[in-house]
Amino acid sequence: MNKTSFSLLFLLVFLTSCGNNVSPVDSGLENQIFHFGNGSEPQGLDPHIVTGVPEHHILIALCEGLTSSNPKGGAALPGMAESWSISDDGKTYTFNINKDARWSNGDKVTADDFVWSWNRVLTPSLGSQYTDMLYYVEGAKDFYDGNIDDFSQVGVKAINDNTLEVVLNNPTPFFLGLLSHYSTWPVHKDTVLKHGTIDDRNGQWTRPGNFVCNGPMQLKSWELNNKIVVEKNPFYWDAQTVKLNEIHFYPVTNIMTEDRMFRAGQLHSTYTVPAQKCPVYIEEENPNLSITPYMGTYFYRTNTLNPALKDAKVRKALAYSINREQIVKKVSQCGQLPAFSFTPPGANGYEPETEIPYDLDLARELLAEAGFPNGEGFPVLEILFNTSEDHRKIALAVQQMWQSALGINVELVNMDWKVYLSRESSGDFQISRAGWIGDYEDPNTFLDLMMPDRGNNKTGWANLEYAKLVNKANQTLDQDERYALFRQAEKILIDELPIIPIYTYVRPIQLSPDVKGWDSNYLDHHHPKYIYLERD
Amino acid sequence: MLLIFLKRVLAAIPVLIIVASLTFFLVRLAPGGPFDSDRAVSDEVLINLQEAYNLNAPLSEQYFDYMSGVIVGDFGPSFRYPGRGVSEMIFTGLPVTLELALYSILIAVLVGIFSGVLAALKRNTLLDFIPMAIAMIGICVPTFLMGPLLVLIFGINLEILPVSGWGNLPGDKLLPSITLGFAYAAYIARLSRGGMLEILGQDFIRTARAKGLSERVVVTKHAMQGGLIPVVSFLGPAVAGLLAGSFVVETIFQIPGLGRFYVEAAFNRDYTMILGTTIFFSSMIVFFNLLSDMAVMFLNPRARD
Amino acid sequence: MENNSSLWSDAYRRLIQNKAAMIGGIVLVVLILCAIFAPLIAPYSYSYQDLNLGASKPSWDHLLGTDVMGRDLLSRILYGARISLMVGFVATSVALVIGVSWGIVAGYFGGRIDSVMMRIVDVLYGLPFIIFIILLMVIFGRNLWLLFGAIGAVEWLTMARIVRGQVIGLKNQEFVLAAQAMGVSNFMMFRKHLFPNILGPIAVYATLTIPQVMLLESFLSFLGLGIQPPMSSWGTLIKDGVESMEEYSWLLIYPGLTFTITLFALNFFGDGLRDALDPKTSSD
Repeated sequence: MNKTSFSLLFLLVFLTSCGNNVSPVDSGLENQIFHFGNGSEPQGLDPHIVTGVPEHHILIALCEGLTSSNPKGGAALPGMAESWSISDDGKTYTFNINKDARWSNGDKVTADDFVWSWNRVLTPSLGSQYTDMLYYVEGAKDFYDGNIDDFSQVGVKAINDNTLEVVLNNPTPFFLGLLSHYSTWPVHKDTVLKHGTIDDRNGQWTRPGNFVCNGPMQLKSWELNNKIVVEKNPFYWDAQTVKLNEIHFYPVTNIMTEDRMFRAGQLHSTYTVPAQKCPVYIEEENPNLSITPYMGTYFYRTNTLNPALKDAKVRKALAYSINREQIVKKVSQCGQLPAFSFTPPGANGYEPETEIPYDLDLARELLAEAGFPNGEGFPVLEILFNTSEDHRKIALAVQQMWQSALGINVELVNMDWKVYLSRESSGDFQISRAGWIGDYEDPNTFLDLMMPDRGNNKTGWANLEYAKLVNKANQTLDQDERYALFRQAEKILIDELPIIPIYTYVRPIQLSPDVKGWDSNYLDHHHPKYIYLERD
Repeated sequence: MLLIFLKRVLAAIPVLIIVASLTFFLVRLAPGGPFDSDRAVSDEVLINLQEAYNLNAPLSEQYFDYMSGVIVGDFGPSFRYPGRGVSEMIFTGLPVTLELALYSILIAVLVGIFSGVLAALKRNTLLDFIPMAIAMIGICVPTFLMGPLLVLIFGINLEILPVSGWGNLPGDKLLPSITLGFAYAAYIARLSRGGMLEILGQDFIRTARAKGLSERVVVTKHAMQGGLIPVVSFLGPAVAGLLAGSFVVETIFQIPGLGRFYVEAAFNRDYTMILGTTIFFSSMIVFFNLLSDMAVMFLNPRARD
Repeated sequence: MENNSSLWSDAYRRLIQNKAAMIGGIVLVVLILCAIFAPLIAPYSYSYQDLNLGASKPSWDHLLGTDVMGRDLLSRILYGARISLMVGFVATSVALVIGVSWGIVAGYFGGRIDSVMMRIVDVLYGLPFIIFIILLMVIFGRNLWLLFGAIGAVEWLTMARIVRGQVIGLKNQEFVLAAQAMGVSNFMMFRKHLFPNILGPIAVYATLTIPQVMLLESFLSFLGLGIQPPMSSWGTLIKDGVESMEEYSWLLIYPGLTFTITLFALNFFGDGLRDALDPKTSSD
C-alpha cells in the first residue's frame, strides 16, 4: 500500500508540473494567435444557411461580401467591391469588383460569383432563413415564391467579370449596410458543386480541406464542440494588412467557465461577462472589462389580441410602472442603458424622440381608466421567458414592480428555448420577454419588425398609419427626411406600446490588454484584418 | 455461460427497438421544432426547411424510413448541424466521454476500493471514520458544486491546472476526472467496506486465519473476491449513469463529449441526434448491465438463477 | 414462521443505540419541522426583493445575508426546505408505491410475467430521462406535483429490481411454501407474509433514495428544468451560489451546508435502519 500511494503522489506531481506556466495568451502573443471565446458551437459555416452571432464571428474571418463593416461604425467600407455608384433614383447599384480579390484557392472573385450565390440563397429547397435580406432586389421574392422560373429575370446581373449591377424594388438607403450581413456574401461555386448540389443543405463543402472562401483567413481545422482554427489566407486581397496568423474559436457555453478561462489566461476575449461579475469588475476598475454600446433592445412583447392587453392604456400602465433605472443598476448591472424607444439611439445618427416616464400615479390612473381600478378584475398576467438567469431576474423584478404598483397578479412562466419560441409564434402568451439585435446600422432594422404581418412582429399589432410612414421613409432618399418620418412612426409605436422597451443592450466582454485594433462599433463587427496582438 | 450471454443479447434487441420507437414519437410530441428560431421565418421558408428533412411526410413514413436506416447503422443527418451526420457526431463525442468515464472509473475504483478495504480492516478506528466521512461528502455534494470548487482552488488560486478543455492543455484531464470520479469513489468505498465486513465475518475467513495465513493473503486471496461483489454489481449501472451524468462535468470543463451533445440536442429538438444518442446510450446501458450481471455470476456461482 | 414483533422491537433497540443514526434522525425531525412551520418562522417572504440592498453579508437584519435581488437567504432556505424535502419524500413515495408493487408481482409470479415485467423495466431504463422530463414539463405545464411524479417515475425502476430480488429470495423459504400449501390467497400472501419481510430493505432503500432524488432535483435545476421562480429549492440556491461563490460566498456556504447536513442525516439514519434490521451487516 505504501508503494501505491507513493506512485499516485508521484503521478500527481508529475502531471501538475507538466503544465508549465506559459499560458495560451502568452504564447499567442509571440505567434499572433488569437484565442476567441465564442459562446456556442456554430451551426455550420455555410453563410447561406446559418443564422447566429457566433457563426458571424467565424464567418467574418473566412468570407467577405461586397461591402465590409466599418470598424468605427457608420458607412460601410469597400469589401469585394472596391467602389460603387448609385443611380439617381436610388434603385440601381453598380459595383466594381476589386480586381485583386481572390478565393482562398487562388481563383479570381468575379461578379458572376455573386449572381450564383444570390441564386443559391433564393433557392427555396436550400432553406435559407435570411431570404428576406434579398427581397429588396427586384424579382427576388417572386423567384423565391416560384412566380418566375428564370433567375436571369432577377435584378442582379454580371455586366462583366468585374462589374455587378443590382436593381432594387425601391430606393433602399440601408442597402449597402445590409450587404455586410453574411447571408449576402458569396460562396465559391466550384467548391460547393464539387461536394453537393446548389441546394444541398448537407453538402460537405464546409469541411476543413474542402472549404474555400474569400476572407482574410482560411479554415484549418474544426473539432466539433471543441475548437475551430482558422489561419491566414495568403490570397486575400488585403493580406498585407492582416497581422494575425491564426484565430482559435472556443465554443464555451457555460459563461462561468468562460470567465475562469479568461482569468487563467486561456482566452484573449470572451463572448460575455456573467451578470454577477459585472458590478465587481466595474467597482474594482478591472482593466480587462470592456463595455461597449450594442445595437439591440431588450423588451417585452405584449399580445395585443389578448382581451386584457387590448387596450393601449393597460399597456402604458404596465410600461410606466417599470423602474428601468433600477433594473439596469441593480439587476442587469452591466452598464446597460434604460430604453425609452424601440430603436437604439444613435444608430447611424438616428435619435428617436420618444419618452416613457416612470410615473406610478399616471400608471394607476391609466389602469383605472381602462376599467381596472387598483387592479381589480384584472386577470393574472403571465410573463413568458426562456430559461436564463438574466431573464429570470428581470422578470422577477418586473413582477414585483407590477404587483406592488398596480395591484395585479403576475406569474412567471419559464420555458425552455424551443417551447418559448413556439409559444411566442403561435401567440400563446400574454407578455413575453424578447430581444432584437440590428442586422445593419439603420433604424429600419427595428421599425420594420413591427410592421403588420411581419413574422417577427408576434404581437398582433397592425397599425396602418405606422406602416405608411415606414414605407414612405424607405422610399425617401434624403436622410434627414427619412429620419423625420421614422421618428413619427416611432412616436406612434411608443404611444401604442405593443412592445415595452426595457433597456438597450451593451456588449460586456473581457478583453486582454494585448489585443490591439479592436474598435467597438454598434453592430459589434470585428474584422480580423484590423486586429493584432502586442504587449506594452 | 455463453448461452446465457447470447440469450440476453438476443433479448436486448427488441428492447432497443422499443426504446427507439418510443423516443421517436415522444420527441415529436414536445412543442417546439428543430427550426424554430429567434428570427421568425415565414411559412414558405419553414415548409422548405422541413421538406429538406422529410418532415412534411406522414409520420408513419418518416418512422419506417428512419428505422430502416438505423438497422443498417445510418442514423441520418443532424437537424441542427447541416452537413453533419448523427453517426459522425456520436463517434466524435463518444471517445471523449468514454475516456472521461474510464479515468473517472479508474480513480473511483482505485480510491474507492482502497479506502473501503482499509476502512473495513481498521474498523472503528480513525482510518475507518476519516475515509468514510470523506466518502459521505462525495455522496452528498453535487458535481456542479465540486467541480467549480476544485477549479477555483487548483485552477485560479493555485494556478497549477488548466480551467477547462480536454486534451488542449497539459493536465486538463485531471480535474474533470477527479470531479466525476469522486462521487463514485465514495459509493464504491462504502460498498466495498460493507461487502468486506460481511465476508470478513464469515467462518471461512476465521478458518483461514486460524490456519496461520498472513493477513495480506487472507484479504487479497480469500476475502476480496466475495467482498467486492457488491462493487462489481454496482459498476454496471454506474458506468451507464456516468455516461449520462458526465454532462455536468462536460459543461463545467468545456469537454466536447457525448453527454453535452445529447442534452443540447434535446434542447435544440435535433430529432435525429436525440434518437441516435438514445439508441446508443440504451445499448451501452444494456451492455454494461449485462457485463456486470455476468461478472457477478462469474464471481458468485450462487447468483446464477 | 418468523416472529415479527420481536424482530421489530430488537431492531428498534438497535436503532436507538446507534448514535450516528439517532443524531441523523433528530436533525431530520428538526428540518421537517422547520419546513412545515416555515411561514411562521421565516423573517421575510421568500420572494420579497429589496433591489436597492442587493447582495449583503449576514447582518442582524438578515441573519444569513441576502442574494443579488435583496431577498433574505434564511427565509429562502427555510422555504427551500419545503420544496426539497417534499421532492424527496413525494418522489420517493411514488417510486415506492410503483416499484414495490411491480417488484412483488414480478418476483412472486416469476416465469413469463416476471420476464415481461422486467423487460419493461429494461426498456424504461433506456429512455432518455431528460427528454422525458422536458416533455412532461412541457405538455402538462410546470406543475410542481408533476415534477415529483416525473422523478419518482424514474426512481421506481431500481426499487422494483431490489424488491423483486428480495421476493425471489423469500419465495423459496419454508414459511411461504407452507402458506401456499395451506391455500392462502395471493393477496394475503403479499400482505401478510411477503410484505412485512421486505419492509426492512424497502425502508432502508427508501431512506437512501431520498438524497438521490434531492440530488437529481438539483441537477434538473442546473439544467433549468426545475422549480419555477420565485420559488426555489436548495438545488437552485446552491446553483446560484456556485455562480457567485467568489463574490458572495455566503450564498453558497449556507445552502450548501444545509443541503449537505440533510443528506448526511438521511444517510446516517438510513444506514442505522439497515444495521438495525440486519445486524449481520452492522458496522458497530
